[in-house]
Amino acid sequence: MDKVLFLIFAGIALGAAVNLLRSRHPIHSALSLIGVMGALAVLYLLLGAEFIAAVQVIVYAGAIMVLFVFTIMLLNVGAEVPTSGSMLARYLGIPLLALFLLQLVRLLLGQYPPDQASSFGTFVGPTEKIGRLLFTQYLLPFEVTSVLILVAVMGAVVLARRKP
Amino acid sequence: MDLAVLVISLAKIAVVLTVLFTCVAYVVWVERKVAGRIQSRWGPHRTGPFGLLQPLADFLKALFKEDFTPAQVQRPIYFLAPFLAMTLALMSIAVIPFGENITIAGRTIFFEITDLNIGLLYIFAVTSLGVYGIALAGWSSGSKYSLMGGLRSSAQMISYELGLGFAVVGVLILSGTLSLRGIVSAQSGFWFGVIPKWNIWPQFVGFLVYLTAAFAETNRTPFDLPEAEGELVGGFHTEYSSLKFAMFFTAEYTNMITVACLATLLFFGGWMAPLPWAWVQHVPALVLLGIAALMTRTALRTYRLERKKWYFAVPALAGIVGLIGLAFLHPVFAAVAAPMFWFASKVFVFLFLYIWVRWSVPRFRYDQLMHLGWKVLLPVAAANILITGLVVAL
Repeated sequence: MDKVLFLIFAGIALGAAVNLLRSRHPIHSALSLIGVMGALAVLYLLLGAEFIAAVQVIVYAGAIMVLFVFTIMLLNVGAEVPTSGSMLARYLGIPLLALFLLQLVRLLLGQYPPDQASSFGTFVGPTEKIGRLLFTQYLLPFEVTSVLILVAVMGAVVLARRKP
Repeated sequence: MDLAVLVISLAKIAVVLTVLFTCVAYVVWVERKVAGRIQSRWGPHRTGPFGLLQPLADFLKALFKEDFTPAQVQRPIYFLAPFLAMTLALMSIAVIPFGENITIAGRTIFFEITDLNIGLLYIFAVTSLGVYGIALAGWSSGSKYSLMGGLRSSAQMISYELGLGFAVVGVLILSGTLSLRGIVSAQSGFWFGVIPKWNIWPQFVGFLVYLTAAFAETNRTPFDLPEAEGELVGGFHTEYSSLKFAMFFTAEYTNMITVACLATLLFFGGWMAPLPWAWVQHVPALVLLGIAALMTRTALRTYRLERKKWYFAVPALAGIVGLIGLAFLHPVFAAVAAPMFWFASKVFVFLFLYIWVRWSVPRFRYDQLMHLGWKVLLPVAAANILITGLVVAL
């Protein structure tokens, strides 16, 4: 059952990613990226990391992608016009890409044999445990990340300020 | 996969969806009647007795209206947006518990479709995705009113989502769990034997922030600038007609019901009765019988004035309500239905509050709305978290 669900949602993620690359209109690409985020959230659920799955949807699909969609809507970007391109790229492109991906898969399977792969329960599930870990074992990365976000917010405010 | 579990889940989904759609239809009826009374007029009173068939008339109108698609829309997204809005609105009902568990034939049945460990986070996830329904509807319609309405609404919704999340953290500190059933169970019991341990007492500020943010999330007055009829024609749903418009409408009222249910669960003890004494168990029966008597009296008075034959339908409905009230005398039925009665009455109070505020308060200007969301609600909610954490830790 786990395998079937994994195959279905990994397939959805891959299909959405391919659609992202192939769409002419940026909004279709943005919606495909949201599909990828949703499928990834389900894959996190399959590993038992329920909090991360919910936060993936809330933060990534529900806030960051909203900003992407806003930008596309405000800039009124239209559909791409197909350009002529080179004959070499058109005929050799997909075979070379397939070759590259096969090499990658071979290397990864060599490094990480299937019996060492992650499975349900490998990661900390309950929210209380994640909270405790964040404030005890991983306190320094947590605080450093919040300082990083603060710096980013300050940068955004400075960049968007009107010149007096 | 246990077949019995599957069948029970499907039955629960069917029941909940039926009840939900009926509630959405009759919340619209209540809104139009209350709006009428606030404005010193009747509200719908011609379609069926007391306008009770008005939702059916509205649905038939929506079904049979001409469904045209303007030429300048972006077709796939134009058709996707209302489905997205309605699907997401319906998904958030899945984790809301309605009452205590009962045991039938050795199997415990929970009164909710599912109880997730991260129930509250699931509702926030679905609400964050709900922004897309409106943003995409506004953009794909290809008209400047829709685009402005869609953008304003999306910006408003993501601003107040933060306030909503912050307001709820105080409740989470007190309850220690994200599961909605767990949050309600943490509010059981009474202080001094009289005052119920509901989260409204320690979290009063959190409740006010939650209510304001919830009004803004569901795009209801005083935050309904995205659909401001005087300024933006219809806002994001200007170019939608008949059934697609009905889907947006349903999505808005379903969101309203979800938010009212959440307010009850988080702050008012869900399905728990307000007082611990023995005579409180008769209150549901008395209230239902009182409602039945009022309905009969109003119907008889109106019949004497207007002499319309179909007014017999209202005393028949009153009879059904009275029978349900009498069924509360049976202890097993009372044990199952009393929590649902308390839950339903609290949700009804919140829905009435929603409607009352809508027809009493003028709407905010857009910059006032943004100022309120970022510069007032967020600091107040953060202070609430700080003080709650301090009090719990000391």
